[in-house]
Amino acid sequence: MAVEPQLGTTLGGRADGRAGAGDDPFVVAGRELRSRLLLGSGGFASLELLADSVRASGCELVTVALRRLGSGGAGQSGSLVDVLAAAGVTLLPNTAGCHTARDAVLTAQMAREAFRTDWVKLEVIGDEDTLMPDAPELLRAAEELLADGFVVLPYTTDDPVLARRLADLGCAAVMPLGSPIGSGMGIRNPYNISLIRESVSVPVVLDAGIGTASDASLAMELGCDAVMAASAISRAEDPVRMAWAMRDAVSAGRLAYGAGRIPRRTYATPSTSHAGLAEFGPPPQA
Amino acid sequence: MIVLNGERSDVEVGTTVAGVLAGLGLAPDERGVAVAVDGEVIPRTRWESFALGADARVEVLTAMQGG
Repeated sequence: MAVEPQLGTTLGGRADGRAGAGDDPFVVAGRELRSRLLLGSGGFASLELLADSVRASGCELVTVALRRLGSGGAGQSGSLVDVLAAAGVTLLPNTAGCHTARDAVLTAQMAREAFRTDWVKLEVIGDEDTLMPDAPELLRAAEELLADGFVVLPYTTDDPVLARRLADLGCAAVMPLGSPIGSGMGIRNPYNISLIRESVSVPVVLDAGIGTASDASLAMELGCDAVMAASAISRAEDPVRMAWAMRDAVSAGRLAYGAGRIPRRTYATPSTSHAGLAEFGPPPQA
Repeated sequence: MIVLNGERSDVEVGTTVAGVLAGLGLAPDERGVAVAVDGEVIPRTRWESFALGADARVEVLTAMQGG
């Protein structure tokens, strides 16, 4: 991991609200992204709030779902695409809600038609209560979509073996969950996330479970290449402020990862040398 | 009878996909819309020519907010 801090750009690099100080680029499937934060568009109370949060987050990729026309309120659809286009972000369609490889593949193919992108955030859900992925269906869907020319970013469990299988198939990144979608429980198994980072060469994007800024920082400190947040921002009391916090948290965590943290120790290690410590002698007699 | 987004519709057999979309008030080049008929995605290039058969099941999907 080569992060070369460029002190001269420490402030300047943040002027556009995106690039972190002295960071190396985040590249997915040959595309260089300046932001290491991906935003889910779900859960925002209004499109205005979504647009403001997109701007505050500095993100470049925003996920959208596909649903039957008219099922989300009149005029919602066209304006969603328009709002995101006006914000200058790239749409990342997902297959949210799909429970089989067949449904996910068809949904991805429809998204390709609708949004003219061959990128897809692949979700194949195996359980309604936890929204955990269905591993065999996920692998099947990934294989079919890759054969069909898609750039596949699969939402997966925090299982290092499954993540490696997905990467070996040719997925452009892996997106392990920290904890169940929308739970805000953070990263329940940081050890597994570290193992995933070690076991695949494609980018690792921590997806699902982020509750607040420190969760996003932890993900980056564990070596994740990016963080995806949706509910943590959209359902916060002040989504725009939380979007801003997530942007800074991702930036800070990435920098800390590159900086190399000190090892954990059981006992204290003084940061000040004992050499030259004054010796004042016994106190004067009263 | 043609089923449109899971509901019975009065769309007639032989109507093209473009015709269905027009009936829904969508422009011919509507952004963010995709169509499947009987479980097969119909590319935009075939919207004008693809005519619905009897008992066709049509899905018209569009962008929604989603994580």
